Amino acid sequence: MTQPQRPGHEVDPKLLEILVCPLTKAPLSYDRARQELISRAAKLAFPIRDGIPIMLADEARRLTETELNG
Amino acid sequence: MAAMSSPLVFDRPLLRRRLARAAALGPADFLLERVAEDVGDRLLAVKRDFPRALDLGSATDAVARVLARHPGIETVIRAAPRAAGPGFPTVIADEEALPFAQGALDLIVSGLSLQHVNDLPGALTQVRRALKPDGLFLGALIGGSSLGELREVFAIAESETTGGLSPRVAPFADVRDMGALLQRAGFALPVTDVDRVVVRYASPFTLFADLRRMGAANALTERRRVPLRRATVLRAAELYGERFADTDGKVRATFEIVWLSGWAPHESQQKPLRPGSARMRLADALGTTEVKAAGEPPAKP
Repeated sequence: MTQPQRPGHEVDPKLLEILVCPLTKAPLSYDRARQELISRAAKLAFPIRDGIPIMLADEARRLTETELNG
Repeated sequence: MAAMSSPLVFDRPLLRRRLARAAALGPADFLLERVAEDVGDRLLAVKRDFPRALDLGSATDAVARVLARHPGIETVIRAAPRAAGPGFPTVIADEEALPFAQGALDLIVSGLSLQHVNDLPGALTQVRRALKPDGLFLGALIGGSSLGELREVFAIAESETTGGLSPRVAPFADVRDMGALLQRAGFALPVTDVDRVVVRYASPFTLFADLRRMGAANALTERRRVPLRRATVLRAAELYGERFADTDGKVRATFEIVWLSGWAPHESQQKPLRPGSARMRLADALGTTEVKAAGEPPAKP
């Protein structure tokens, strides 16, 4: 049952399957390079630190206009 | 009052800092250990598998460890205000804004965190939505008559030393409201019960220290921004000793753990029938004859 922390501190795929934006409940996209979970609906990027998604609005980064239009 | 929204009682970011401090102090987690053990017993009584289970909001991984030992649980996920070491897939989340897809989980267990939620009906509704139909929610939270002793002595000590009162102990939810709250949040078959725990401390100061190590120090939005005066604390401790000490000099502190459970609705669950849908007359079932009240039209043949 108990799994060791994944090598390279990757976020657990089991989490990615079920996580949604905490504010809008809309789906998230995973930016693997930046280690962020992107909620376009809320215009926020939630950071992933050491494989742990930080799904708190006050810790999230606002998406820039370029990112939203891109 | 013109404002439509209810006031925020708890300062949630402050609460997260309190929990971080508690973890650094070495947490006092005997209540949570007791809750975790109870979770194990309560789940054994439910003959069901819960492939995907969530430990919601517990300060340590005590509940997650118990869930991991359950034979019908395959995956245990932790959602907490702070990480509690490796071992479980973890997400940092706030109970007031759950980041889980609708119907993603089979079981959600909450260990002593929902007493700090500003919008409990909202949090419970989000919990219910995150459950699969026929999924189970099991929650333990600190109830309304907890720390009555502490409330009493601080009220007296503070009015004596400062001539005023400020909220020092959080308002806790009343167990009598809980069943209705579960129902309002859309849970079927809601059940609540209470576990009263009396803890004995060598002195009031060891109790105060423990509360800090539980991350339970004051996180009220309306708390006074002035530090608690030393004279107030000393007087409160003195009063505590006078009023709530046993013959051996130890003092008592009462905690009330309120247990909630409810199921996400599913068609297989028992429900009351619709009014008027009866197939049989009550009088026949009782083996008697129906007597009409005066003024009522006679029953149709």
